Amino acid sequence: MTLDPSALDTVLTWVAGILMVAGSALSLSAAVGLLRFPDLITRMHAATKPQVLGSLLLLTAVGLQLRSWALVPLALVAWIFQLLTVPVSAHMVGRAGYRTKHLKDARLSVDELEDVVARLEREHAARRPGSGGADDGGADGERAGAPMLREDGS
Amino acid sequence: MSRQRISLRTELPLLAWLVILWGALWRDFSPANLVFGALVALVVTRLFYLPPVELSGRFNVLHAARYAVVFVGQVVAASLQLLWLALTKGPAVRSAVIAVPLRSHADLMVTATGHVISLVPGSLVVDVDRANATLYVHYIDVDDAAGAERRRREVLAAEAELIRIMGTREELELLREEERMVGAADRGKAGSR
Repeated sequence: MTLDPSALDTVLTWVAGILMVAGSALSLSAAVGLLRFPDLITRMHAATKPQVLGSLLLLTAVGLQLRSWALVPLALVAWIFQLLTVPVSAHMVGRAGYRTKHLKDARLSVDELEDVVARLEREHAARRPGSGGADDGGADGERAGAPMLREDGS
Repeated sequence: MSRQRISLRTELPLLAWLVILWGALWRDFSPANLVFGALVALVVTRLFYLPPVELSGRFNVLHAARYAVVFVGQVVAASLQLLWLALTKGPAVRSAVIAVPLRSHADLMVTATGHVISLVPGSLVVDVDRANATLYVHYIDVDDAAGAERRRREVLAAEAELIRIMGTREELELLREEERMVGAADRGKAGSR
């Protein structure tokens, strides 16, 4: 079976259209998640992740619609940078949110990081006697020099 | 500050990536443009010095291609699941922060596992204990300890895939050993029944 150019054209336009609608639907799902989920980290899930797939679908749609091979590497690079940067930003916001206690504890069924952070904070406070009482300032979220879990040998 | 000299061979993947990036941004893969891109890449890597990424020296293309497909499938499934969760459970959703001690202690492996886990919707790396190679992962929709255990195994399975793709030979050997033990335990259980 051979496709004449105009039929191929129609098929590609339709595929691009479907991909665009699917990609936009994923952005919509991010918006719904932002409204519905209870706290910072669960909202982070909704805000950052479906959009990775959404951007892939939209970039594919743009590539199909423009029909230019020179665009393929560019779209690929754009998506790879999405893949590289989205987890980093999600991690940074999630980590800061956890340390500044922007989590609703009742919503966590299991928390295996709590004890580790509490122990590090005690050690940190013991090392710097002047600052003392590091645990009381949870609500304002501005605890200067919060201990780093990432430090080597800690 | 002591600067460890990097051999050109270790730097080659980075340089190749920079040249491809240059070509992609110009949308021009003509030889002249690529040669100029290579020059720019060399200057940039000399001026903006980064610590070398320690590659294991092996890369299984077949596993990588297979896992790429599996991974996109996981992302699609989890995206739909997250939408469903937002619509049905919404504010009542419960989550968990789970400690996952990884097998590999290599920085690249810990980073790659964290990235893969973070990219699948529903999980997010909250903290990293680099000295012990432990990821603290926030998972959405976990109700009890059994659910947490299941998610922990998911993370370890993702790491196993990455080890098969680009882990060192020692890591691969450890993984095979582990799988043999698990397989033997399963057979033992089946035999006793």
